[in-house]
Amino acid sequence: MNTYSLVAENIEKKFANHLALDDVSIEVPQGSIFGLLGPNGAGKTTLIRIINQITAPDKGQVYINGEKLCSKHIADIGYLPEERGLYKKMKVGEQALYLCQLKGMSKNDALIGLKLWFEKFEIQNWWDKKVEELSKGMQQKVQFIITVLHKPRLLIFDEPFSGFDPINANMLKEEILELKKNGSTIIFSTHNMSSVEEICDYIALINKSKKILDGSIDSIRKTYASDIYEINYSGYFNKLGTTLTSDYKIIEINETNGGGKIKVEVLNKEMGGNDLITRMTNFGTITTFQKHLPGMNDIFIKVVGDTNAITEQN
Amino acid sequence: MSKIGLIIKREYTTRVKKKSFIIMTILGPILFAALMITPAILMQMEDDEFKKIAVIDETAVYIDVLKDTKYIEFTNVSGSYYDAATVSYDLTKAKADLKESDYYALLYIPHTATQSKNGEVVVYSYNSPNVGLNMHIANLVEKQTEYVRLQMLMDEFGLKESAVDSVLSVVNSNINVVTSSLGEDGSEQESFAEVNMVLGYICGFLIYMFVFMYGSQVMRGVIEEKTSRIIEVIVSSVKPFELMMGKVIGIALVGLTQFLLWVVLTGGIVTVAQSIVLKDYNPSQMAPQTMSVGSQLDNSGVVPDEQAMKFEKAFQSIYSINFVEIIVYFIIYFLGGYLLYAAMFAAIGSAVDNEADTQQFMLPITLPLVLGLFVMMSAMKNPNGSLAYWFSLIPFTSPIVMMARIPYEVPFIDKAISVTLLIGTFIFMTWFAAKIYRVGILMYGKKVTYKELWKWFRYKN
Repeated sequence: MNTYSLVAENIEKKFANHLALDDVSIEVPQGSIFGLLGPNGAGKTTLIRIINQITAPDKGQVYINGEKLCSKHIADIGYLPEERGLYKKMKVGEQALYLCQLKGMSKNDALIGLKLWFEKFEIQNWWDKKVEELSKGMQQKVQFIITVLHKPRLLIFDEPFSGFDPINANMLKEEILELKKNGSTIIFSTHNMSSVEEICDYIALINKSKKILDGSIDSIRKTYASDIYEINYSGYFNKLGTTLTSDYKIIEINETNGGGKIKVEVLNKEMGGNDLITRMTNFGTITTFQKHLPGMNDIFIKVVGDTNAITEQN
Repeated sequence: MSKIGLIIKREYTTRVKKKSFIIMTILGPILFAALMITPAILMQMEDDEFKKIAVIDETAVYIDVLKDTKYIEFTNVSGSYYDAATVSYDLTKAKADLKESDYYALLYIPHTATQSKNGEVVVYSYNSPNVGLNMHIANLVEKQTEYVRLQMLMDEFGLKESAVDSVLSVVNSNINVVTSSLGEDGSEQESFAEVNMVLGYICGFLIYMFVFMYGSQVMRGVIEEKTSRIIEVIVSSVKPFELMMGKVIGIALVGLTQFLLWVVLTGGIVTVAQSIVLKDYNPSQMAPQTMSVGSQLDNSGVVPDEQAMKFEKAFQSIYSINFVEIIVYFIIYFLGGYLLYAAMFAAIGSAVDNEADTQQFMLPITLPLVLGLFVMMSAMKNPNGSLAYWFSLIPFTSPIVMMARIPYEVPFIDKAISVTLLIGTFIFMTWFAAKIYRVGILMYGKKVTYKELWKWFRYKN
């Protein structure tokens, strides 16, 4: 059984005077949410366009469920581009039908499916409205429905939350998780790192046309964890300074009424968590002890910053 | 339904449902019909009102030729205003009296009228000036002046008075040029060059208008898809080429629909209007009025008959035109010309972010089209000259120029070469434009130059 919904192998794409993608490979496991991250202009959109067969790569190959990408896969992919819009003068229902039929649905299936979604979002009365009469957020909802209606096995969302208010953004997040539960694989491109932490299982980070990092969120965060521990502690806070000598650095102390929180960085690499625990239990009790995991935001900035520094040196 | 079919259907239905399309389709034929019928209606309306004209004729030689017609009655009032003491006519009093009288106007013919070639007579009236009346009077007075001056000349040379009529009959010679087209099977058909010329002009101009009108609709459609940012959603479902061709074909069908509706509606309106407005219209009736002065001459009978015959022939000529052939070629050349330019329009639309930016790329389209229009105008005069011949073969101008030649008999081989070249070129242009289009539609915020377009053309996929 193939466990990858999408595999892109050694993709290279060159435009007139710059390399948009340089030997980029990604593997998107079936049923996962895969974050495609990277600064503006890194090549994410080009990669997404290649997957959607809007452009073709110069080198490399894309496989969908183990098969070489071809025109029949259009019906298997749902794509919500970052630059998205609808015909302004066309009626909502008519337009949704048209776009779903272009994806290969029959008119009847599209009609039934649309009615269900419109009921679910309670927007039935928009059917005969012109798109220009809807607000931006309302248009985004319609667009979302059109993207998922043909039940694609692979969904690609490029900055899906832009243009949504927090309530609708949350609703959208719920829908995305629901789609995942129903077995869809989702590629998710965004700059919003907190949403990445919340919903993504895997990520790939692209910078300056190259993939510089990929893997599951958990393993990446562990890899980039520095030696910082977060400890909930009750005891003699004032004595800690004497027991945590030059091998350690106290970053933060929040003392409240005998109990409190403390953040400690291990400076001497030969020391570790166990030594820290021994030293601290001399003067009090540890209630929780946890290695601090960096946020995706920190990792993003660190990794992109590092690679930029390297390329500048060269 | 195939995807391209879906696109064609959408492009077609959204456009024919638009109010502007419906209004244009209905207003067009009304306008055409109005252009054809209004002159006839105006002519009738002018004559409808009965007018009494007072005449002061100082020369006393005109009053006899100012014959009453159905709607105009001339009354000699010269006697009432003659002042024997000063041996002149009291024009001031006549003008004052005119206000209270039931005369429509006062015609004053000064004694100088016969003395020079460019004499002047005056029509005084409190009513608005009436061009028809003036023309009628001018017509009568002019003929009479000629006659009187000629008579004076004859006297001078001592010729007999009856010689005047003979001289006049020579001077008034009227030569009709009747064109007789020879068919390939040796048949002869009388045709009126003027009718063919007008028809050719209308056809050529319509092609020019349609190519521009529907071509820019293609361009605007492309720009709309770009600015509304729906383009990326669509090209993830269909190939850019399918989208472009769907749009081009859909709009071509809109154009054909409009043209055929125009033909049918114009035909209908003209037929109905003719039967209502011109029910008592008969070409030979017009002759006596226009040539009324002839009746004063001895050889009167001949001229009106010739005039009537000319009208009748013109009408016959219109009816003998092969409208089916013209409509068929119109459709062929409209489609060919439109497809050739529509692809270019689409490429331009894809290259820009808004309509204002299109100006810089319009030259390759407007130049050949306008050139075609100019060549057409000269081709109308000389439809088989080398200028008309070559430009009716060159694909960029052939739709316009050839349409102007079609009402005249054009050799089949010319038409065949012209159509073949046109088809070949539009296929090439479509291929060329599609390569620019597929890159352009996904480009935003770039200041595009011809060099940039060339680069896009050479992109792989």
